[in-house]
Order: sequence, then C-alpha cells, then structure tokens
Amino acid sequence: MTMHWRGMLAATTVASLCAWTAAAAAPPRAPQPKAPPPEEKKEFDTPAPPFALGLFPCTACHTEPGNPQRRELGFHDEVLPLRHGPNRWCLDCHDLKDRDMLHLTDGELVPFGESYRLCGQCHGDKYRDWKVGVHGKRIGYWNGKKTYFLCVNCHNPHAPRFTGVETVVVDGVPTQRPIPEPTRPEPRPLRPQEIR
Amino acid sequence: MSAETRSLPVVQEEGIPGEPPEAAVSRRAFLQTVAGAGAAAALAACDVDSALRRHFKELSKEEVARLVEKVKRDHEARFGKKDWQVTARSPMPGVEFGYGLDLSRCIGCRRCVYACVRENNQSRHPQVQWIKVLEMDKVRGVDVIESDAYYEADAVPRPGKFYMPVQCHQCRHPPCTKVCPVQATWTEPDGITVVDYDWCIGCRCCMAACPYGARRFNWAAPGIGAGEVNPHIAVLGNRVRPKGVVEKCTFCIQRTREGRYPACVEICPVGARKFGNLLDPQSEIRYVLENKRVFIFKEELATRPRFYYFYAT
Repeated sequence: MTMHWRGMLAATTVASLCAWTAAAAAPPRAPQPKAPPPEEKKEFDTPAPPFALGLFPCTACHTEPGNPQRRELGFHDEVLPLRHGPNRWCLDCHDLKDRDMLHLTDGELVPFGESYRLCGQCHGDKYRDWKVGVHGKRIGYWNGKKTYFLCVNCHNPHAPRFTGVETVVVDGVPTQRPIPEPTRPEPRPLRPQEIR
Repeated sequence: MSAETRSLPVVQEEGIPGEPPEAAVSRRAFLQTVAGAGAAAALAACDVDSALRRHFKELSKEEVARLVEKVKRDHEARFGKKDWQVTARSPMPGVEFGYGLDLSRCIGCRRCVYACVRENNQSRHPQVQWIKVLEMDKVRGVDVIESDAYYEADAVPRPGKFYMPVQCHQCRHPPCTKVCPVQATWTEPDGITVVDYDWCIGCRCCMAACPYGARRFNWAAPGIGAGEVNPHIAVLGNRVRPKGVVEKCTFCIQRTREGRYPACVEICPVGARKFGNLLDPQSEIRYVLENKRVFIFKEELATRPRFYYFYAT
C-alpha cells in the first residue's frame, strides 16, 4: 500500500514538472483583455416597459433634489400600499439623483428597460430560469431572435403577486402589462350534445 | 344460342339491328354528351387531382408544387383574394420538436384554445377545437375521469384547482398512425404527426386509438368566414379541411418550420408553454427536461410523447 502511494506521488511529481517545463518553454503571452461579465450589457431583447399613462419620465415632476429620508409617502397613490416584502421603500430601487433610472444595491444605474437585473438581485432562482426562457414568456423565433417579456410585463413591481394581465400596445409593439383584476376565462367548449 | 336470345347486350358500332340508323346516331351522341358533362362536372369539383394523385410521401418536388398551387386555387375560390401564403416545407434537418407545459403556471384562461382556432383555421360552426383545458382538483391530482373540461368561472384560477391543457402529444410511438388503414397519417422526421386530408377516408380509427383524445373529426364542412380565415397555410397543416376527414394539432407546422413559436406559446399570458428543438442542448425545452420536475401524461402506455408537463417552481 505504501509502495503504491509512493509510486503515485512520484508519477504526479514528474508529470507536474514536465508541465512546468512546457509552460516555461512557451513564449510569454500578452495579457488577455478581460471580457466584460455577461451581465454588464443589455443582452436580452425586451419590449418597452409598460408604464402607467403619464408616469414616465419621472423627471417631468421630480425636478427638485429629492429627500432621501425613509418616510411614509403622501402621494403616488397608484403604487400604495407597497406590497413587496417587508421594509421596502422607493429609493431601494429608484435612484435619487437620476430620477429616470433604477439602481442596483452596489449603486450601478440601470434603465427601466433592464429592470430584470434589479429584480434578479433578490430573485436569483427566477432570474436564472428567466434567462434560459423557462420562467416568463418569450415570443419570436425558437431558433433565432426572441423577445423576452420583462418581469414587469406580468408582475406589478409594487405588488408583485400575479393576478392577471392585459394586452397593451407600447411604442407600436403589442405587449402586456399586469392588472389587479383576476383573469376571466374564454368561453367553455360546447358539449357534444350542443354541437349541431 | 341464337342472336335473338342473347342474355348480355352487345353494343355495336353501326347502330342496333332492327332500329333505324338515325336512332343509333342520336344514342351515340347522347352518350358522348353525358360522358362529357360528367367529366366537366368532375373537373369543376376540382378534386380529380386529389383523387388521382399518389401518396404524399411519394410525390416529387414538382408534384408538391402543383399540389400547393391547387390548394391555393381552392382557397381563393372559396374565400376570395387574400395574401395567400401556401407552403409545403420539408422538415429542417437536425430538428426534433419538443413541447413543455408548466402545470404550476397555467391558470386555465383558455386563450391558447382560441389562438389555436384562429391560427389553424378550425371550424367555428360546428365547433372544432384542438386544445382541451381540463380543470382538476389539487387534492386529487391528475385524474382525467374527475376532471372538468366545461368549467365556467368569473375568475381563474379557481381556489383548489389546477389546469391541464391537453393537445396532440406528437408521440414517438403513435398509436394513431399504426391503425390508419390507408396511411393517411404519419410522423415526419421533425417529430410532427401530420394528416393528409386528401388521403384520409374518415374511418376515425385514429381517434379511437389516440389515448389523449387529440384528434377531431369534421362532421360537416368547416364553417369559417372569409374574414376569419388565416391565409398563411400549410398543405399538411392548417389548410381548411374538407368534410369527413380527421384533423389534429401539428405544433403549428406552418410557423414552426419557419422558426417561429407556435400560436399557443405566443398567446399564453403566463408563459406556461415552452417549445424548442430537443436535439439542441441549448434550447429551453432541454433545460426544462434536465432541470425541472417533468410529468409524462399516460407514460404507462409507452407512447413516448414529445409533449412534456413540468413543474417549474
């Protein structure tokens, strides 16, 4: 047994020595430019976010420097009460300085069209499934260009539990947006005795 | 046997003995007229080509092109001028279609049923629908006998219920094609089981054989308005069917062979329907099969469907 281990050790040492020599003999390579992490750029073709009418751009109203103090809001009734986990408030996601942008926890600004990166910070399992096309909806070509529906095309970010969706046209492109009303099913099929 | 007691009539070229020659001429002219009118009537019905052609799989490229033209003419004659796109595309090499349906997401809204009807030119009257959505009890689980396909509700999903849409499973061992006495239905290399509506004799053996109840019979000529018909049609797919043939889901062959998603995938408001190439390791359907809990409906029958139910959460 001891002999066996010793032999193996010797063989490994020889092999690593050979590898080291080969590496030393090879010409020194120029340092490779570091490829940007895949998350850094917009990699998914997504529809425009389905903003409620008149809400965007935020800078249309928010022109003054904002108040960063966490507090109860007296306005924005359309998103209140906020039903998205405990202890959340506006500036966890919305940026104070650049009002038309969102920000990640590390402070990186993200446009509304890439909000999936923001959601993915907490909902990593769903984000992983969404990226491969299993959570959520994609349309287009199964072997080519696809349009990924955003998280906010189905989930209201201020009350994300799914209730229903309706079809809307944003920038001339049909897409969908979440609605608080539940979905009504299409008519039932006729029973055999009703078909004439 | 004398000439007067012949049992079988023998028509002679030069008139009938004992009758004046004028009568013979008129009789011959009459027969010619009848034959001519019959041929004209058959041509007008435009089904001589379909009746005389060989099996679809034996057709040459030119014959398929002629068939495509004929299908286009037939549709123009019935529904008028439109932007008709008639195709008979061959399967893409290296492609085998697979379908996934997320039972944890489906809310039973039946949008897929009606998107399918519009896309695939199903008869509106009498009603034909390829997708059937079954409402089942969460406590009982998948139980077809206790399921309800005729549920009506103000809001779905109803508490305590889940929904299981059923359509053609595009089996690898399809019982329906085995029983067809005339081979009018078969599985294409990309996994789609198709029906040749010109070849089908309407015996409905395939409907009896299918364990998923996925095939439908045209008891009457399909009732579709000219404004409702989808002009993008495939010869082995969504062209308007004649009376008395069987039809079924083809994974929207007219769309998927061009690379697009089926209509039911694109309409689903909750994104419960997944579609892709089983032979492509990067496809979403492969991800589903490798990473999610997958349920094969009536697996014990060894039909080996290409349609998978899964549970993503």
